[in-house]
Amino acid sequence: MSTATFRIWRGENGNGGFKDHTVEVSEGMVVLDAVHKIQATQATDLACRWNCKAGKCGSCSAEINGSPRLMCMTRLNQIPLDQPVTIEPMRTFPHRKDLVTDVSWNFDVKKKIARFKPRKADAADGTFKMGQADIDRVQEFRKCIECYLCQDVCHVLRDHGKHEEFIGPRFFVYNAALEMHPADTGDRLGALKTDHGIGYCNITKCCTNVCPEEIRITDNAIIPLKERVVDEFYDPLGWLLKKLRPGATKG
Amino acid sequence: MADYQTHTHDVLIVGAGGAGLRAAIEASAAGVSVGLVCKSLLGKAHTVMAEGGIAAALANVDDRDNWKVHFADTMRGGQYVNHGRMAELHAKEAPDRVRELETWGAVFDRTKDGGILQRNFGGHRYPRLAHVGDRTGLEMIRTLQDHGVHQGIDVHMEVTVLTLLTDGGRVVGAFGYDRERGRFRLFKAKAIVLATGGVGRAFKITSNSWEYTGDGQSLAYHAGAELKDMEFVQFHPTGMVWPPSVQGILVTEGVRGEGGVLRNKDGARFMFGDIPDNYKSQTADNEEEGWRYCQGDKNARRPPELLTRDHVARCIMREVRGGRGSPHGGVFLDISWIKEKLPNAPEHIRRKLPSMYHQFKQLADIDITREPMEVGPTTHYIMGGVSVDPDSQMSSVPGLFAAGEVAAGLHGANRLGGNSLSDLVVFGKRAGEFAAKFAKDHGSGTVNTAQVEAAARESLAPFERGAGAENPFTVQHDLQEMMQDLVGIVRREDEMVRALEGLKKLSARAATTGVPGNREYNPGWHTALDLQNLLTVSEAITLSAIERKESRGAQFRDDFPDKSAEFGKVNIVVKKAADGSMQVRRVPVAPLSDELKKVIEEQK
Repeated sequence: MSTATFRIWRGENGNGGFKDHTVEVSEGMVVLDAVHKIQATQATDLACRWNCKAGKCGSCSAEINGSPRLMCMTRLNQIPLDQPVTIEPMRTFPHRKDLVTDVSWNFDVKKKIARFKPRKADAADGTFKMGQADIDRVQEFRKCIECYLCQDVCHVLRDHGKHEEFIGPRFFVYNAALEMHPADTGDRLGALKTDHGIGYCNITKCCTNVCPEEIRITDNAIIPLKERVVDEFYDPLGWLLKKLRPGATKG
Repeated sequence: MADYQTHTHDVLIVGAGGAGLRAAIEASAAGVSVGLVCKSLLGKAHTVMAEGGIAAALANVDDRDNWKVHFADTMRGGQYVNHGRMAELHAKEAPDRVRELETWGAVFDRTKDGGILQRNFGGHRYPRLAHVGDRTGLEMIRTLQDHGVHQGIDVHMEVTVLTLLTDGGRVVGAFGYDRERGRFRLFKAKAIVLATGGVGRAFKITSNSWEYTGDGQSLAYHAGAELKDMEFVQFHPTGMVWPPSVQGILVTEGVRGEGGVLRNKDGARFMFGDIPDNYKSQTADNEEEGWRYCQGDKNARRPPELLTRDHVARCIMREVRGGRGSPHGGVFLDISWIKEKLPNAPEHIRRKLPSMYHQFKQLADIDITREPMEVGPTTHYIMGGVSVDPDSQMSSVPGLFAAGEVAAGLHGANRLGGNSLSDLVVFGKRAGEFAAKFAKDHGSGTVNTAQVEAAARESLAPFERGAGAENPFTVQHDLQEMMQDLVGIVRREDEMVRALEGLKKLSARAATTGVPGNREYNPGWHTALDLQNLLTVSEAITLSAIERKESRGAQFRDDFPDKSAEFGKVNIVVKKAADGSMQVRRVPVAPLSDELKKVIEEQK
């Protein structure tokens, strides 16, 4: 059995530094296995979040050798082990301890987005009739496991700290899922333009690149939302049409 | 005096998976103040891992389905030690609960005419599971979460409850700590709903995450409630077996529902060799018929791979023990073979089972559209738990309710796949409704500060013992190994008696665990505290399994390999005695109404 060294960022509330832990590694191991092994044998107070260990819950987000990834889905045979593997907490959120950050901002943001507002159901028992083709895109967005890696990597949040004016890729995906839901009647375009800051996104696709669910965040969610915002607020012909025939451009 | 923050709610919900969230939504809608406590972040509970679907007799795919068939399937699967009234309510109310999820924004896969699509699953006579590919649980938890956060519920994330507070036998609150800072929290409440899930971490090979340490069962037990059916631990037949680091991770039954077959190393479909008598009339006797069933042929019977989980798990064990297993100690589960039948099979598999495709590709370098998977049984679910009133979900302790996996009754000796997600919303709703009612009908009780002080003191002891003492992770690991070996899929009295002795020793070791560091997000400390719950539920499982001297459903006794009529009439119940010891007794299974007896006869 061979060994590998994991250079883990240890500390509390942003104060701390890297500490090396060396453990035995075996076939098939993922980074989270190594962290667990270190926790069980060398540092029982090493803090990290995890749950499903199968890429389905989005708890174990971290920056591995500088890349935002899920620890449970990063195989050790995909990264060089002849040098220490660095594991750091997500940088975009306030640090708490070791690999744990305070992600509560995300929960606050979601609460501010107008909830699902259904049209009248198609039958008295609450049945909605919807075609599979009409929900395929919505289902893509609903694959999101809320790991917040897209938020972590987004430079508007990470480098510019626009947390007050910009909701980040995760919540554009959330908005898109609602806006494109065939049974939804809500309107979130005004908020997207103003309070939620969709204009800050300059479509560099960093979010799409890190999404473990392979949601095409930029192409399928953000760009269409940007287009809808433009159509709603900046298209003179559309503006005129709306004046003449209210409601004609919705949808 | 311990330093703690106090929160006051009418109803406190412990656990934020499907049952907890649904209970919180219902209680809140009834106009009471609701607090929701969860050990992880919101939306990460184990519901998120449920893959196959939610069972409800919507009859969208096969119009012969109705609540009676679903009820009879559930009772047959549970080998008739279920609580009939719970199975009745469940079968009748599940369709409304599923449709309700769509009014809150869920988007299930569709039939051609735009309705909710349903798929085949083990033990269900007709295609009954509403689903979203193989990530149905994620859809459900996200829908409930996104709806729930707008309902005025106070969510306390990453908080663990240490003990329930009682006043004259009634529950009046809970005491715990927040994981992030390690600060104590006192929750005063008129009613409490436990929705804490299962006990999977008591075993070594499990599909469960760190959270499932039997908290709710243990909290209820120590507060005086009865636990029922604790011997019935479901070992899901198909968990990953290779590589070692992924051992136990779930492989959805949906793979078999879509036509996946089980083979041994000789390539034989061994499930055809052992079809129980009470399922013979419903089960295909040749491969062709089984495939037609998976393709929706209403005249075909289901393939034996879709027999109940307890049976499939035992058949797999038998192949492995008989030397006919796969290279890494499992058997082969093959969905790729359907390319012989379908022109666009790889695309079809990726569409129907996206997360399975992803999981095997990323974690095991296996392309399931091209090659078989290796699978074996994994600890998945506990049918037993807190004994509750079937209508209100209240336990034997006034004001204390339980819903979802932590409660007992619906599933009997074996749970059918898909009946868990429906359990969560049907009985989550009921628990929320009746807890709110209880809170309205009763004033606040008095919190006994001595009880709070004692819990606080005890919880800090691992710090006093410090880093040099016993490592809590080691004790947990040893407990898991022992329970897996001695109280696992195949059980014997002598081994289980050894397990009881082992639990005594582990209990003594747990009392000597120590941790370094401080109270800020300290997993060693958290693990040390969770050990108490694991030990309590392990003892309950073992004592109950010894008491049931027969094989039924998930309980297989090597020394009593047959079903016994006598034990078919009883449930095993444990309760804390006045001297603190765990008392076991047999209680008669709740009698069925004449109407329900008739339904079972009709559906035979």
